[in-house]
Parts: sequence; C-alpha cells; structure tokens
Amino acid sequence: MSLLDIRNLSVRFGAADATPVVDGLDLSVDKGEVLAIVGESGSGKSVTMMALMGLIDAPGIVQADCMQFDGTDMLRLKGRQRRHIVGKDLAMVFQDPMTALNPSYTVGFQIEEVLRQHLGLKGKAARARALELLERVEIPGAASRLDAYPHQLSGGMSQRVAIAMAIAAEPKLLIADEPTTALDVTIQAQIMELLLNLQRDQGMALVLITHDLAVVAETAQRVCVMYAGQAVELGQVPTLFDAPSHPYTEALLKALPERSVGEHSAGASRLATLPGIVPGRYDRPIGCLLSPRCPYVQERCQQQRPALAPHERGAARCFFPLQPTTEVAR
Amino acid sequence: MSTVLQAHELTRHYSVSRGLFKPAATVQALNGVSFSLQAGRTLAVVGESGCGKSTLARALTLIEEPSAGSLQIAGREVAGASKAERKQLRRDVQMVFQNPYASLNPRQKVGDQLAEPLLINTDLSRAERRERVQAMMQQVGLRPEHYQRYPHMFSGGQRQRIALARAMMLQPKVLVADEPTSALDVSIQAQVLNLFMDLQEEFDTGYVFISHNLAVVRHVADDVLVMYLGRPVEMGASESLYSRPLHPYTRALLSATPAIHPDPDKPRMKISGELPNPLNPPSGCAFHKRCPHADERCRAERPELRLIDARQVACHHVERIVD
Repeated sequence: MSLLDIRNLSVRFGAADATPVVDGLDLSVDKGEVLAIVGESGSGKSVTMMALMGLIDAPGIVQADCMQFDGTDMLRLKGRQRRHIVGKDLAMVFQDPMTALNPSYTVGFQIEEVLRQHLGLKGKAARARALELLERVEIPGAASRLDAYPHQLSGGMSQRVAIAMAIAAEPKLLIADEPTTALDVTIQAQIMELLLNLQRDQGMALVLITHDLAVVAETAQRVCVMYAGQAVELGQVPTLFDAPSHPYTEALLKALPERSVGEHSAGASRLATLPGIVPGRYDRPIGCLLSPRCPYVQERCQQQRPALAPHERGAARCFFPLQPTTEVAR
Repeated sequence: MSTVLQAHELTRHYSVSRGLFKPAATVQALNGVSFSLQAGRTLAVVGESGCGKSTLARALTLIEEPSAGSLQIAGREVAGASKAERKQLRRDVQMVFQNPYASLNPRQKVGDQLAEPLLINTDLSRAERRERVQAMMQQVGLRPEHYQRYPHMFSGGQRQRIALARAMMLQPKVLVADEPTSALDVSIQAQVLNLFMDLQEEFDTGYVFISHNLAVVRHVADDVLVMYLGRPVEMGASESLYSRPLHPYTRALLSATPAIHPDPDKPRMKISGELPNPLNPPSGCAFHKRCPHADERCRAERPELRLIDARQVACHHVERIVD
C-alpha cells in the first residue's frame, strides 16, 4: 500500500461552483520515493500539498474521494489529531527560508519546540538532539549557531535550519515546496544534495514541488506535470524527459534554453514557445485545457475534456498522446 | 562593427555605517571591471547574489557614479561630461529590470508610459509619438487596444514586453537587462528571450545581459563575464567558456547547474561554504576559502586577470587545474 494516496482532489476558493484551482487530482507516493510535482505558477502544485497538510482555510473548499496518509484519513481529521501527524510524520519545507522561521526566537529554541511537541524531549536532551540535527544538516559551527536568531543567518543557512526542523521528528514524508528557488545555484546544489542524502538515510519519501525541470531531472524518480490545476502527465525519470507523451510537457522541455544550445551560434536560434498564456478563471475552454495553445489540437480536443489515461510509459491527459517516435528529433 | 560600450577598470565602493562609535566600513561592491561591447552583440554577466552584477548595471546606466575607472558610451567619455551631454548619453543606455510588477507605473496607461521617453527626449508631436508607440507595441507583440490599459491588466510576461518596449523606444545603443526573465515561468521566459533576440537583430543594440541562470546565458550571450565578490574572475567567448571553463569558480557554477540531459563531460566539482561577507573579504583570492585547489599563495596573494587561451582568468593555478 502506498504511503500517500490522494484520489479526485479538488480545491476551490469562494463558492462551491467556483473554478477549481486543483481539479480532480490523483496522486500516490510510495514509501521512500522521490516524487516531483512540476508546473508553472498557478498550476496548483503548492495548493495540492497545502490541502494535504490542512493549511487551506475558508473560503477554500477541499474535496476528495480519498486522502489517505499512512492509513489515516486526512480529510476527516480534527485539529488536535491533525497536529499529532503534521510536523511529525508529515513535514514541509517552504520556499522562502527567511519567512519560514520565527524572527523572535533563536534557532535552537525553534528546533527544540518541535522535539518537545512531538517527541516529548525536554531540557538537555532536547538541546543535545537539536545540536545533532544542526550537524546533520551540515551547518558549520553548529554549537554556536543554536543561539543565533534567523536574521543572523544567510538564506542557505536558514533553509538548512528549516530542514532540520522538518526532519526533527523523522517524518515518513517530507514535502519540499520550491526549497531552492530563493537560493543561489551553488547553494541550491548543496541543499538538493542534503535533501537527497536525508531521504536516502532516513528512508523517508520526498515530494519535491518545483518549476525547475532540470532540478527534477537530476533528483526525482517519478514526475507529475501539472497544468491549470490538472495533472497532465505522470511518468518516470528519465523516460518522461526523453519521450514526453503530453504536448504540454513537450512544450515545456522545448522552451528550455538548454536544449537549443549547440545547434546554432548564440542568439541566432529562437526557442520554441507555446503561444498565449495559461487559461484564467473566466476563460477556461470547454474542451482540453491546453487546446487553445496546443500545436496538435484537433476538433475533439475543443469539445471534450480528456481524462488521465494510463499508457505503457506512464499516464497522459490527452486524446492523442505523443508516441516516442513522433517526438521531434533533438 | 562599432564599440558601443567600453569600460575600463570600473570600480564602485560604498561606505557603510556600522553604528555610532565605529568607523564606517567600505564595501568594495565592484572592482576593476573592464570590457568592451560591440553593437549587436551580447555580453552576459553571471554570478551569485552579492557578486556586484547589479552594481555594475547601475554604473553602466549612469544611475551611480563609479568611484574609479572610466566608461565610454558610443565612444564618448562619461566622466566629466556636462549635464546636457549626460542627458544625451542617458538616451543611449536603457535598462530592463527584473520585476515587471514594480518597474511599471501602476497609475499610468501603458501607451503613455511608452510615449514618455519620446516626450522627454524628442520634440515629436503628439500624433507622431503615438504612431511610434503603436509601431513599437506591434513589434513586441502587444495589440493596439492595449494602449489605453493599465499595467495591472497584463500578465508578467506581457509586462516584461512593455518594459522592453519602453527601453527600446529611443533605440538605445546599449540595453542593460538585469535578470529580465527570472520572475517568469519557463514557457513565458522563452517568449521574452525570443523577443530580446528579435529586437537586437532589428535595432543592432548591444546587450549587457545580467543573469544567474547559466542555461539562459548560454543561449543568449556572445561573451560571458563571470564575477565573484565584486571582481571579474573569468571573461571570454561564451562557447569556449562553457565547453572549457578555466577558473575554479566558473567550473563550480557550471557543475552546480542542473540539466535535463546532463553532459557527461561536464566538470563535476562540488564546492562547500557560502559567499564571504563583503565587509570582511578573505585575504588573497576571494574564492580561496571555498576552492578545492587553494594553497598558500592563494591565501596571500590576489590573482590578477591573465590572458590564457584568448580568455581572461584571475587564478594562480589555471595551468595546474585544467589539463
């Protein structure tokens, strides 16, 4: 049985008939797996995980057929029970480390708080474990950093502290929401390596939410590509990158500057683009959500919405999924 | 081919107060940057936060005076220019900023914002200005009815198009773009990058393209300048720099950049540690604390830029590191 099982999740803001921000999403995560959710801004990747953590407040409406985490139905949990799971077995690292930490308390206090709440550790034991955690996330001079306030740390160090807090109670699933977007590239490489080492050593599952396809290609085992609130393609790495089956995935990959290099001299080539922008709240097409922008669009796409259909390499929400051979030669 | 921008040993230091009873400290934000840019070419400036790329942009666009060094725009010296001459020089250097949400006036119609450079710098009539604005709007892919709209009615990508159109209104010789696509999604980034390329071909503008995204830089740049803690560490033609980086920092940057299809020849080099405090930079080579190849000499003596394989590199040990 998988660790996390989400079936037909919808999240709306406002009225019950409002356009869903997340629309009929199915997702499962196995124990010890690294799953990446990729998509552009507004595709619903963060909201999905916020719904799982129970972080969506009124007027947000969360509906699902099933939202099971480690045998617990997360949909029907009430406050106290939820707090026993969230932060302990299910932890999250956020994008901006500067705002994820409380500026008024020392780093040590904030880590000890997790240990006190979830593991009942107190006093010297908590402090020793906090120090151990700071060393685990490779903070230099960890002992002296316990008494530092977040403003005394750099962005990379703050993110390490946030990770230390998230792994303090040895979670079964760690959700990292754009954990390196605010960081420089050499620091990004350090943080990604740290997350993967932790994932491997502790055997925890990792859900990586990101917009950066290259990060996904180097870290994840499985990918879910989202577009306008729907999962449009599921697949394994690197199969999905070598032969995408949904036109949107293909377009995302083609739009990367990295791919165009080598064929032309600098600046002479143009990147392949999808025309237009993501449909908004009021201009969602009747048919496939990508139909106004899709280069392969057919009449059927404009009238019916495709469902996520499994195929031999994964699953794609497309009536006419691309075959490996139809992919334009790179 | 004409040189549109020439910088020689451009330097900018800031004095920062450290409190009432302590002497002010000096941050050497920019140190000894020299380059020349030809019309229709692109120079990319790469580096991590705090490396001085934005300070360089501010010096190039005459927003700030350099503390030392000289700058020539289209063959004219900036230092010592009179007020009227400066106004003329400013016409020739325009800028596009990172955040298109903050760089457009929310209370002014897009058409008026595009016409403003013409209003200030030319004596065109209202009808002529409008005509020029309409032509430029079409060129950057905006529709005529967008003239009367306000910035909040546009998406991020469209706003960056507007910002680019505004910068190009006076057909500047140089365009300085500071992280112009960092705030955009991948598919929108591709559209905006294509537009940059189209306009460069059309107007033969020289671009100074500041970015931390090495994949984007590789796509747009002819030449690349890599900076670390305010100093240039490597500069050279883009293709050769990417295929054979010489400076350890350049190698580390390229190695840290993730790729969809990782290049098997890519240098694999992990560096530890973070950027040093610019108020208290390390002795000798600024990179020595993170560099795996550092030795005594690096700690004691700062490497100057040297010419190696038609490239400028500031490292004592290039020959030893690169085989």
